[in-house]
Amino acid sequence: METPDQIRNRLLSRFPGAAVSLVSNPGPAAQHSLLLDAAHARAIATFLRDDPLLQLDLCSNVTGVDWPDREIVETTRTSTPDPAGGPAKVVEQKTKRLQPGCLEVVYHLYSVALLHGPVVLRLRTGNRSDQVTLPSLTPVWRACEFQEREVFDLFGVVFEDHPDLRRILMWDGFKDHPMRKDYVEPDDYEWEPTPHGDVLAKARKHYPAPAPAAAAKEEPKP
Amino acid sequence: MSFSDPSPLSAAPGASVRAVHDEFHGDLLEVSMGPHHPSTHGVFRMMVTLDGETVVKLKPVFGYLHRNHEKIGENTSYLASMPYTDRLDYLCSMTNNWAYALAVEKLAGQAVPERAEYLRVILAELTRLLNHTCLAGFLLQDCGASGTPLMYAFREREKILDLFESLSGSRMMCNYQRFGGCRVDAPAGWLEAARTLTDGYGRFLDEYETLLTGNEILMARTQGIGRLSAKLAVSAGVTGPLLRAAGVGYDLRKVDGYGFYPRFDFRVPLGAHGDTYDRYMVRVLEMRESIKILQQALRDIPAGPVMDPKAKLRGFRPKPGEVYSRIEGPKGEIGFHLISEGGPNPYRYRVRPPSLINLTILEDLCLGHSIADAVVILGSIDIVLGEVDR
Amino acid sequence: MSEPAPSSPPTLTDAERDELRRQGILLTSMEELYNWGRSHSVWPLQFGLACCAIEMIAASMARFDIARFGSEVFRPSPRQADLLIVSGTVTKKMTPQVVRLWNQMPEPKYCIAMGACAISGGPFKQGYNVLKGIDRFIPVDIYIPGCPPRPEALLHGLMQLQEKIRGQKISGPDAPRHLQADTTCEYPVPDFGEHDLVPPQNPAVWQPPVIVRKEGA
Repeated sequence: METPDQIRNRLLSRFPGAAVSLVSNPGPAAQHSLLLDAAHARAIATFLRDDPLLQLDLCSNVTGVDWPDREIVETTRTSTPDPAGGPAKVVEQKTKRLQPGCLEVVYHLYSVALLHGPVVLRLRTGNRSDQVTLPSLTPVWRACEFQEREVFDLFGVVFEDHPDLRRILMWDGFKDHPMRKDYVEPDDYEWEPTPHGDVLAKARKHYPAPAPAAAAKEEPKP
Repeated sequence: MSFSDPSPLSAAPGASVRAVHDEFHGDLLEVSMGPHHPSTHGVFRMMVTLDGETVVKLKPVFGYLHRNHEKIGENTSYLASMPYTDRLDYLCSMTNNWAYALAVEKLAGQAVPERAEYLRVILAELTRLLNHTCLAGFLLQDCGASGTPLMYAFREREKILDLFESLSGSRMMCNYQRFGGCRVDAPAGWLEAARTLTDGYGRFLDEYETLLTGNEILMARTQGIGRLSAKLAVSAGVTGPLLRAAGVGYDLRKVDGYGFYPRFDFRVPLGAHGDTYDRYMVRVLEMRESIKILQQALRDIPAGPVMDPKAKLRGFRPKPGEVYSRIEGPKGEIGFHLISEGGPNPYRYRVRPPSLINLTILEDLCLGHSIADAVVILGSIDIVLGEVDR
Repeated sequence: MSEPAPSSPPTLTDAERDELRRQGILLTSMEELYNWGRSHSVWPLQFGLACCAIEMIAASMARFDIARFGSEVFRPSPRQADLLIVSGTVTKKMTPQVVRLWNQMPEPKYCIAMGACAISGGPFKQGYNVLKGIDRFIPVDIYIPGCPPRPEALLHGLMQLQEKIRGQKISGPDAPRHLQADTTCEYPVPDFGEHDLVPPQNPAVWQPPVIVRKEGA
């Protein structure tokens, strides 16, 4: 099977306006992926499915990932040589920049006809609040139907042209997207028999505080 | 259930002629099957729209067992998620464990000793036997044979569960695999007991098949019911015995060759028609192939450690990266997608549920059949709600 | 000087009862007979939620055989069932259905919470969709811990339930729900809210035990 780089070159030659970039995957697994832009995603997906060299007809998995806004601190060191010949003066400058977050959908594709794979595709939304639309790949692979519904339900990504986009795991009136990193779960930790850690912190809000004077009086004298 | 008013024949203003309903034209009836239903294999709900007894629309409703496994996985360390994987497909905990352990081993670049690989194959094939036997029992239960085939199936299941219990300490939630091997070695006598079970399983299958395979009621209720075409199956991401019954030869044990499966000689049965009877027969034949694999593995298993000595148990923090790894579970392709940011917990922990994705084609299979057939078709797809809803 | 206590009627020892039984005379009380009949024919509802349901099915199969305890048939319809074995995790999406099923069961009815998930949410306690114990909405009679509890544990729980039934009085203020005139067997069904169930628990059924913890404990 072709490497992701070779696939990328072929895609760029076939779809000249598309933005296809390679996202390398550090670590021993080395499953590098291709980041596609939303405008050409469905055309590229159809091509990948029908291309005789690839024939990626099985969409095995659709994963949603939440990347919240991240503050990145970059430190630049500039050293200016001392004109008098002494040690160079090193000035450290720390710049903070906000890397905007997004919601990402990762597709893992395999080929049943040619028995190879995986080819990993990634689609990213504009941001996490109002630009959360991505093209649905359900018209290309029917396997995406329920999994994209799940990404919609748990992350909030709206898939265009999905045949039946509604919540799948939570009830219809539910308002949040629970798998997001900033989801606050409902507080029903009224009773915990042996809490510790953050569960203790959650449960403590419900425990009545002991009256300090009464507790001091009731302590048995040694 | 509501009956709409008959519509006027003409939409012209002032028209007063109304359509006459003859006695054979009825209204459609929407039935909610589930989430509590004797035959839905768990808390699964189907909104079935019926024209008489024929299914015209079927929309499944999920989420009644959504236990937030993926969110809990993000807040738990890698090792602490292993017991949760038992509870995904709660009939087949050993294969779930192996799928997760394989994913983490790929993520961290962890090797596994030979004896552990053989043990994993043995346990996976025992799990496959267990699952397919129970499926035959549950399928017959859905066909109306209330209880008896299930009793036979559970009799054999208990023998396999005894093996699991003496090995891992628990009948169902084994929590046995670790990253780098298995938790403990097989106790003395375990391999002999497994050999005895495997050698005797062929006779049980013969007995079961004598009662079921040529049974005319089973054949009448399952042949021609719920035909799945190969093209639709592949497009819908269907995997496992369901895909192979549709005629597509895609078995991850052969395709990916994970573990030590390339060392074993076994065939992959394929179906010719894609109907419910083929799905049942493919599973029976897979059980016979599993017995072959078990006999080979139990014969060839070497001595040695079951855990890689260099495996890191405490403070396990895989390097940043991502992996998607899959195995052929008894129900289909069970995969884990893990994203690590270098911390003790995964950044994203995703389970690819074969049962949920196999249900994509449930509506397609049931259209045009009667509601009783819809129950049998659901039984033959073999779902477990712990996996569908996670 | 207080009045002498009224003398209680003389009771028979078990040996004396056995002797009479051998002669063909059975001496018992209405209460004992009524409870004996009820406790040995508890019919559960065919209700399995998750993994514990498989152990419940195993308990009804040939090896463990719940039928010898009287629970011969698992009824598919709640109208014909006495016992609701909540086996498995109760999610918030499923809770209204569980409460509705409970309401549809006629009195006398009993509930067994089987498994850690039904008792308190179990290993999935941190889940946003997990109800932390079915006793938040319906009254539970027996709790069976385990994950999953072995079929023998379920049978033990069933035996405890039978003992509980046998100990019930048939008149007086201690009588069970179905023998009291003013209790209802219908419990309010929660609704789906925007973030959680509405109400998150039924205060008439469940009040969290008050635990006063010292700081740093």
